[in-house]
Amino acid sequence: MSGPSSGCGFLMSVVVHGDLALNEQEKDLNQRLRRLYPAVNEEETPLPRSWSPKDKFSYIGLSQNNLRVHYKGHGKTPKDAASVRATHPIPAACGVYYFEVKIISKGRDGYVKYMGIGLSAQGVNMNRLPGWDKHSYGYHGDDGHSFCSSGTGQPYGPTFTTGDVIGCCVNLINNTCFYTKNGHSLGIAFTDLPPNLYPTVGLQTPGEVVDANFGQHPFVFDIEDYMREWRTKIQAQIDRFPIGEREGEWQAMIQKMVASYLVHHSYCATAEVFAKSTDQAVHEELASIKNRQKIQKLVLSGRMGEAIETTQQLYPSLLELNPDLLFMLKVRQFIEMVNGTDSEVRCLGGRSPKSQDSYPGSPRLFNSPVHKASSSQTYQTGFDSNYCNGVSSSKGHTLAHSHKSCPRTMPSPELGVLNGSRGQQTNVGAEVEMEVDHFSNGVSESSSNGFLNGSSTHGIDLEECDGDMEVDSAQSKRQLCGGSQAAIERMIQFGRELQSMSEHLRRERGKNSANKKMLKDAFSLLAYSDPWISPVGYQLDSIRREPVCSTLNSAILETHNLPKQPPLALAVGQAAQCLSLMARTGSGSCAFASVDDYLH
Amino acid sequence: MRNDGRPIPTLEVSAAQQQIHLHTFFILQEVTATSRHYVDRLFDPDPQNVLQGVIDMKNAVIGNNKQKANLIVLGAVPRLLYLLQQSSSSLELRTECAVVLGSLAMGTENNIKSLVDCHIIPALLQGLLCSDLIFIEACLRCLRTVFISPVTPVQLLYTDPTVIPHLMSLLSRSRHTKEYITQIFAHCCKTPEHQTVLFNHSAIQNIAPLLISPSDKVRMQALKCFSVLAYENTQVSMTLVNVLVDGEQLSQVFVRMMQRDKPIEMQLTAAKCLTYMCRAGAIRTDDNCIILKTLPCLVRMCSKERLLEERVEGAETLAYLMEPDVELQRIASFTDHLVSMLADYFKYPSSVSAITDIKRLDHDLKHAHELRQAAFKLYASLGSNDEDIRKKITETENMMDRIVSGLSESSIKVRLAAVRCLHSLSRSVQQLRTSFHDHAVWKPLMKLLQNAPDEVLVMASSTLCNLLLEFSPSKEPILDSGVIELLCSLTQSDSPALRVNGIWALMNMAFQADQKVKVEIVRALGTEQLFRLLSDPDTNVLMKTLGLLRNLLSTRPHIDQIMSSHGKQIMQAVTLILEGEHSIEVKEQTLCILANIADGNTAKELIMTNDDMLQKIKYYMGHSNVKLQLAATFCISNLIWNEEDGSQERQDKLKDMGFVDILHKLTQASDPNLCDRAKTAMQQYLA
Repeated sequence: MSGPSSGCGFLMSVVVHGDLALNEQEKDLNQRLRRLYPAVNEEETPLPRSWSPKDKFSYIGLSQNNLRVHYKGHGKTPKDAASVRATHPIPAACGVYYFEVKIISKGRDGYVKYMGIGLSAQGVNMNRLPGWDKHSYGYHGDDGHSFCSSGTGQPYGPTFTTGDVIGCCVNLINNTCFYTKNGHSLGIAFTDLPPNLYPTVGLQTPGEVVDANFGQHPFVFDIEDYMREWRTKIQAQIDRFPIGEREGEWQAMIQKMVASYLVHHSYCATAEVFAKSTDQAVHEELASIKNRQKIQKLVLSGRMGEAIETTQQLYPSLLELNPDLLFMLKVRQFIEMVNGTDSEVRCLGGRSPKSQDSYPGSPRLFNSPVHKASSSQTYQTGFDSNYCNGVSSSKGHTLAHSHKSCPRTMPSPELGVLNGSRGQQTNVGAEVEMEVDHFSNGVSESSSNGFLNGSSTHGIDLEECDGDMEVDSAQSKRQLCGGSQAAIERMIQFGRELQSMSEHLRRERGKNSANKKMLKDAFSLLAYSDPWISPVGYQLDSIRREPVCSTLNSAILETHNLPKQPPLALAVGQAAQCLSLMARTGSGSCAFASVDDYLH
Repeated sequence: MRNDGRPIPTLEVSAAQQQIHLHTFFILQEVTATSRHYVDRLFDPDPQNVLQGVIDMKNAVIGNNKQKANLIVLGAVPRLLYLLQQSSSSLELRTECAVVLGSLAMGTENNIKSLVDCHIIPALLQGLLCSDLIFIEACLRCLRTVFISPVTPVQLLYTDPTVIPHLMSLLSRSRHTKEYITQIFAHCCKTPEHQTVLFNHSAIQNIAPLLISPSDKVRMQALKCFSVLAYENTQVSMTLVNVLVDGEQLSQVFVRMMQRDKPIEMQLTAAKCLTYMCRAGAIRTDDNCIILKTLPCLVRMCSKERLLEERVEGAETLAYLMEPDVELQRIASFTDHLVSMLADYFKYPSSVSAITDIKRLDHDLKHAHELRQAAFKLYASLGSNDEDIRKKITETENMMDRIVSGLSESSIKVRLAAVRCLHSLSRSVQQLRTSFHDHAVWKPLMKLLQNAPDEVLVMASSTLCNLLLEFSPSKEPILDSGVIELLCSLTQSDSPALRVNGIWALMNMAFQADQKVKVEIVRALGTEQLFRLLSDPDTNVLMKTLGLLRNLLSTRPHIDQIMSSHGKQIMQAVTLILEGEHSIEVKEQTLCILANIADGNTAKELIMTNDDMLQKIKYYMGHSNVKLQLAATFCISNLIWNEEDGSQERQDKLKDMGFVDILHKLTQASDPNLCDRAKTAMQQYLA
């Protein structure tokens, strides 16, 4: 999923010291780190970016943005050893973590070149070389031995000296570590590593200088290739997750999820065909689905007045019982008035309402409210328990061939969006049939196809929508309420009504800060000569109709005892939550199991 | 059971269960009956019935090996081939015939043999001339299945010279033609001649674009084609480096195919392609695509996570890649614990597999030899140059024991690889002195030499040469084991490599040896054989024989003794070589022998009384090559040495012959060694 509406919790942009002007190296670093460790949420677990000036022994000197380490002690005995740790421990969500150290100088002649590169936990004595103590691990240059929490080393790799680049890779999936020398992997050095280790380097010889690369520069070793291998491994593990005898159950469950998703978003023709070919019942009357579809389309095309009216007609008690919802709809209506898209001001503006919807899209697949809601709500586990509202399954049969007449009875953009996943609107009927075949074939295919359609549809939506907006604004020169004086007056009057409604609400139900802010933001539009380019102009974007649409749809469904979230969206939200939980509990494999990978 | 004459879909009967045995019998009878029915329908006068018969047959044989065998026995193949070739047959019928034949070929090796015996290959190749793509694809599919079988002689692809160009022209017709044709090429390119034929018909240009085909199968088969084309073929390899695929160098395409998320088979085959190109000199060994990509990829192929077959291929390819390059050997030696990783190759079948799983044991046993020989090969390659790596190898757990037992394994491949490994390690002075002696490797080695094919003998005798070096503690026990006769017999071999090794070993043995050993060598070899070797067409043999002579003729008593018994022949041989067309090295060695003879007490006279020889010495003292001047001067110096009996007479005679003038001239020589040598000789006159 892409676009500004995606609110997945773990694709955060990095906040860097409040300084907007990043220098080139920092930009490179951020880019590289984001590419290497996309699953890391740096707000929770920042990545190591340099050595810590606070977490080092006094014989260590730092320079060059805390990336260069030099030794300034006597270097006579092991008592003169000194180490420094990186600023942060390695986050488990890296999956695979890697850094490199270049030996700039092996130190003064006449000394044994003690030098250790490795890992250590918080609090391990810094007056030591990495590897000598508990929870400390190192590879030493003088003898090429590895030190695993012990004063005695094991033969491990070649020795290293000036000019060599030593890399250290931590695999947080199987908790092992290997080193590299000048781009060549030396094989596993440590197993059963504890969590939260810090990159660490230790020196013991006067004149020793080493530079760290935490991602500031391209690495000598091809770490991305290694990551590719592990990504493939993890994904194969997911793909081959054993379901044993329960294969039929899985298929049925996934088909139900797809069907309920289609019904939820009122893709009624597709839902019919899908239900028929997978031999399921549709748990809502077709008329009801069509009603919701109608309302959604009105909301998404900005015709809020009509949307509210229609809702009141079809679901008389709904808005009465949900004054907050009504208020939200009205605020949106006000915004659409400013926009010049609401039907009331449209008539006044002399522009006849378009015969077709100006908004070509339909509900988005997983828009932000879905995600936000799913992360803060208790999950509905069994989605078929309180699901059926008594519509008999024979209903599906009476409309068995409805998909053939679809192009006639249904507004064409609907089907185009659904089936023309790559913008091909030709031969809609054939496409449906082909995919139906796929659905009946197998579990995995049906689900991936479903996603494919949905997600690419989404992409097209955005583009078309942007295009539409520009055309609109060019026509009307983006004038307030479409430029009509009568419309402006109507808008102002409506604003007053809204204001009094807000006051009424507050009296009745007490303060509601969300409502207050909503109204304030909406009224702020009038403070600018060109609301569209104003700081609050984002409200005018047609994308903003989606949360409104989705909330209304959910409310309608709730009154019918249907889940307000489609189980598919719930499952996706749950999976995303599960991954962030894994990151917090130190399961590195979450790095290579992004939910997004399965939505494309 | 069924009497509607419809085919029985499958027949997978396990004979293990007695209970259903009887049942099986009845089914079998029925199968034979229905099979006959299928064949009969092929002879129906109505072509429509024939077509339906073939289609029914197709459905009946899918996945049913017994049905396939039945139909073959009942003579379906010639009829199908006849229908396939008849131009009067409808295209649909011909296509269905090809499909059924392809299905029959999918069965057992015996099926393939029967099909090949019925001349299916020329018939299908003929079919490729048809213009219909579906029919062509069906023929190709069947051809592919036949050709990839080990029982099919690949030569059949090359019998008709028009076949290869025609296949090339069909290559790009469809995804299937691409896949089948490349697969046929990949399996049928086994010799340099095959490589040349394919190369000359633009195989590279035609197949290269397939490397970026959207089909995994096509990419894989195309890649395999390049690996068999490039193997030990400089022409192909040199062409490959300059090929661009979609603007990208071929080597980079191969590098991408080695990425760790690609299928293992693809990684391994791409690594082979680059290895072959590198060994052919088309890519430098220090190129990043070799050092940072191919080598680590091959090391990964040796890891425990890979299948046994992959580990064998990985190790063999890696051994081949780094054989000539010490830097690659060094890098490999510390990459991913390769040296100890290889130790695992000797643990099959593991004790666990024997108890828990018969199938696994069978699998392990089948690959155990291959694994061991691959590991030995890789150790041999790793240790061929660097002393530290050799040390690391010999320190690997039970390494020497494994080599020792490998030397006496029943599999020739393992024995050869073990002796190659031993040979590689025997280049280490330290190992010769320690582990080689401790493990008495000479014993199995000697046993191996008694009775082995030439390729094993070459390696074993070469290793023996090193074990017979003067400082090797194994030298004594080997001498006692009757090695001299064996080595002398090697010098009579038809293989130059064996003759060299035989005489080389004798030469090493004679170095600073006892009189007894020397006499024994001369006796066992026989002067006749010695002189035959001195006229050997192989320069190496000649050089080592001269070396042997030189070693035999060291220390004065030995010189006199040997010269007294064989002086005449030796002098003749020396004359012959000095007069013949030989390299500087050979002549230098010969002059050194002469200098040794001149050092003897009585032997000297053989030269002093031979004016012709003295003239030759004089000639070489004035030669343009300093080495020869030096050796000749050395010889004269020995003859005029003061402290010996009769030195005065010799000095006089040589002075009369003009040697003093020459020596005087040489004291002015620009070469300091020669100048010194001449001065030392002149001093003999002054004293």
